[in-house]
Amino acid sequence: MQRIGVFVCHCGSNIAATVDVKRVVEEAKKEQGVVHAEDYPYMCSEAGQALIAAAIKEKNLGGIVVCSCSPRMHEATFRKAAERAGLNPYMVEIANIREHCSWIHKDMEEATEKAVILARAAIAKVHLNAHLHPGESAVTKRALVIGGGIAGIQTALDIAEAGYKVDIVEKTPSIGGRMSQLDKTFPTLDCSACILTPKMVEAAAHENITIYTYSEVEKVSGFVGDFSVDIRKKARSVDMNKCTGCGLCQEKCPSKKSLSEFNRGLGTRSAIYTPFAQAIPNVPVIDRESCIKFKTGKCGLCEKVCQAGAIDYAQTDEIITEKYGAIVVATGFDTINLDKYGEYAYHESPDVITSLELERVMNAAGPTKGHLERLSDGKAPKEIVFIQCVGSRCDDHRGKPYCSKICCMYTAKHAMLIRDKYPDVNVTVFYIDVRTPGKNFDEFYRRAVEEYGVNYIKGQVGKVVPQPDGSLLVQGSDLLDGKQMKMRADMVVLATAIEPDPSVRKIATMLTASIDTNNFLTEAHPKLRPVESPTAGVFLSGVCQGPKDIPETVSQAGAAAVKVIGLLAKDKLTTNPCTAESDSLLCNGCSVCQNVCPYGAISYEDKEINDHGIRETRRVAVVNGALCQGCGACTVACPSGAMDLKGFSNRQIIAEVDAICR
Amino acid sequence: MQELVNRAKALLADGIVQRVLGWKIGDLAYNPEPAFFETEEALSDFVYNGFCGANLSKYMIEASKKEGKTLVFLKPCDTYSFNQLLKEHRILREKAYIIGVGCMGKISGEKLKEAGIRGILAVEGADAFSPADSLTVKTLYGDKEIAYTDVMLERCHVCKGKEHKIYDEIIGESRDTADADRMEAVHAIEAMSPEEKFAFFQSALSRCIRCNACRNVCPACSCRKCVFDSTKFDSAQKANVDSFEEKMFHVIRAFHVAGRCTDCGECSRVCPQNIPLHLFNRKLISDINEFYGEYQAGDDAETKGPLTDFTLEDIEPSDAREGGR
Repeated sequence: MQRIGVFVCHCGSNIAATVDVKRVVEEAKKEQGVVHAEDYPYMCSEAGQALIAAAIKEKNLGGIVVCSCSPRMHEATFRKAAERAGLNPYMVEIANIREHCSWIHKDMEEATEKAVILARAAIAKVHLNAHLHPGESAVTKRALVIGGGIAGIQTALDIAEAGYKVDIVEKTPSIGGRMSQLDKTFPTLDCSACILTPKMVEAAAHENITIYTYSEVEKVSGFVGDFSVDIRKKARSVDMNKCTGCGLCQEKCPSKKSLSEFNRGLGTRSAIYTPFAQAIPNVPVIDRESCIKFKTGKCGLCEKVCQAGAIDYAQTDEIITEKYGAIVVATGFDTINLDKYGEYAYHESPDVITSLELERVMNAAGPTKGHLERLSDGKAPKEIVFIQCVGSRCDDHRGKPYCSKICCMYTAKHAMLIRDKYPDVNVTVFYIDVRTPGKNFDEFYRRAVEEYGVNYIKGQVGKVVPQPDGSLLVQGSDLLDGKQMKMRADMVVLATAIEPDPSVRKIATMLTASIDTNNFLTEAHPKLRPVESPTAGVFLSGVCQGPKDIPETVSQAGAAAVKVIGLLAKDKLTTNPCTAESDSLLCNGCSVCQNVCPYGAISYEDKEINDHGIRETRRVAVVNGALCQGCGACTVACPSGAMDLKGFSNRQIIAEVDAICR
Repeated sequence: MQELVNRAKALLADGIVQRVLGWKIGDLAYNPEPAFFETEEALSDFVYNGFCGANLSKYMIEASKKEGKTLVFLKPCDTYSFNQLLKEHRILREKAYIIGVGCMGKISGEKLKEAGIRGILAVEGADAFSPADSLTVKTLYGDKEIAYTDVMLERCHVCKGKEHKIYDEIIGESRDTADADRMEAVHAIEAMSPEEKFAFFQSALSRCIRCNACRNVCPACSCRKCVFDSTKFDSAQKANVDSFEEKMFHVIRAFHVAGRCTDCGECSRVCPQNIPLHLFNRKLISDINEFYGEYQAGDDAETKGPLTDFTLEDIEPSDAREGGR
């Protein structure tokens, strides 16, 4: 039996307006072992913490319960306060009477009753708490960045500049990401490649940065400060050390009909290729699916023309295992599949394109050499219609419920650029709302309307119908005029919703980082820890966390880098003592815990057991405390109850449930 | 049956096995019981007939700790339990010599009594490999006739199949006895209202006398120290003193064996109170099949069970509701 103190926080009116804190104090006093209970307006304040410390000393408390906000907010605060007063910090329990109670209830009577019950549960638990002592673990001074787009490049550069080694793993043959596909960037209209390629070059040349392109993360084990990662370097079929990047192989390659991923399938490329002229590294890869040598065994032209002797058909995938202290996810985005949007005739007409495809059409290195033309007949369009929110802010199952955030601005950009270069072309934009918050963003949009005469119509397009004469009939509604409208267009551009790159699901699982229903990675706290994942040592950079434009991405990339640097600057980390342990007297050796452990923290050994006088060698589970993250999967799976979690033991959980059901 | 005894004697004589795990004649005509036989002479008590429903797999846990090999006779359905125990490292394959024995469907004394037959002295026609269509039961009150299939165990009417999943050799023929849908009773309970379900289970479970027979016979209940015997969990009880049995005991037990239960049906066979305990396990099997795709515990000794495995490809629990992997 502990001597327990209970401290009830008002949190200003956050708790006190809905929960009768005085009654919680009175009810807590009736609980077994409670020798002290009081309330205070702000328990987390200096004065509040002093109250706790004083009570611990005066009343010789063995455990305390703080009825306040979520333990994610102030558990650390109160543990430190208790420790300063001489109490083991793991003798502190939090009853969350704010997020779990006052904030979600309106009726004071009900909320108070629930607060009392939550306090009771915490008191019941603290009776069974044990003194725990954290250990220490070393920090590997190296970071991994997954994804080589602008987010990944910026994060890597910032970490490298601080003096730490950092590796970038990029799945495509070159770093650069989506930004390298863009023509111009809003709101300044500078050329995307012109501002991106210097950063790519800087990253490639930086002594602290190693870039693995055409590579994927295969396996992650370990924990914050000490991750071990297997990286699969896919067979490039070209020796990186020998290739001079002369490009002759690509010129001579007879297989030139593969669709160019970089040009979003609007153009073709050779089987041996670098995705774009400024690619880094400037070393091609052989796409083995379309290479004649790999398909038929005959050809080998690239090998014959390569002066450097860099072509290597026998190359195989290589697995590199490296240790990291921190991991940054910067996996970026793709546009959604438009199969479910038949009304826009995207699959029927080559003149209906997505905005990202338009970027390639407008780009001098693109399929039309930067000349605005219809992809069906190469004619100059006279009438272009932009449709916003294709799949964004969509309530039904076809699209995404969120705003893709970047479309209003890039559509204004496209409209403005077209009107500027081709003043005889009429540009119409159908929109639901124009959302342009951001520095100089609204001014930019106003310019498109006022200076460039872009025709903005509030309303959605219901149907795009390809006509026999090759034009497109656009049927929409004008909500401001309250009428249905039909117009002829030569081209239709769809502002297609963006979604996290599909690779993120697998990566999130490997990292045990959580993702939301839209596959965006979840932050540790949406406001206060926006670049950290809830998994220690895993950080978020760029669109993998939520839709954002380039300036925002770069800011977040820098923020993620700072968090990584802060971690790598430490020599030691304190480890969480709330890990699993197995009672070898109860263990059956059945391997169930080992099978369900996501961290590979459980192994088995043959151990000499003395079970009440019976001596025998038994196969029993052993937990590696450094690898264990305290998730508790093993304790639930263990049929004999041998496995238990320190700080959250089966007995403690049952005591809480019993207290709630009393 | 003599074929089994001859083979057992030969294996003992050749020193291939040190003992035999089989069934011996019980004190009544319809209750042969599991037994170890150390010598050829002891095998005179050996029996294998229609009443030998007992699953011997669990006894291999103790046998695995002994010197040398044990010859064990396993019916097709018993081999699932053997595989599951093997998977859980509770028994050792190299300590077992398995003779898979043919099965024509097993019958029970309880079923004879349910049919109103009392004072049973002997039963004719219950031969293991060539059973009669109709049993002749000698009783204090004269001979009674009853169809073999009328006194067959419930589990034989919904038999998983007569294929031995693991064996060293097979002796004796089997016949298909399945003539009902294994999940029919589960679906019937699922269709009940919550009140009806509660009433059904309470009325069934309030009969429990907490004799622990179901737990003791269950091959999945193989823990060294059962949670119900451990002072660590406040659940240790020796007798039915409150409503714990009807509210918690059997439910907890069903969850402990979920994903590991092979549906061998031993729990219901041994229950002296005739509680249909297998229905709990079958409901969980039905749910596992629906959420994660068809899975049969003990099909082999390698495949990881859906509830006791973690892979990066695991579907999210929210998706599991949709069914399939």
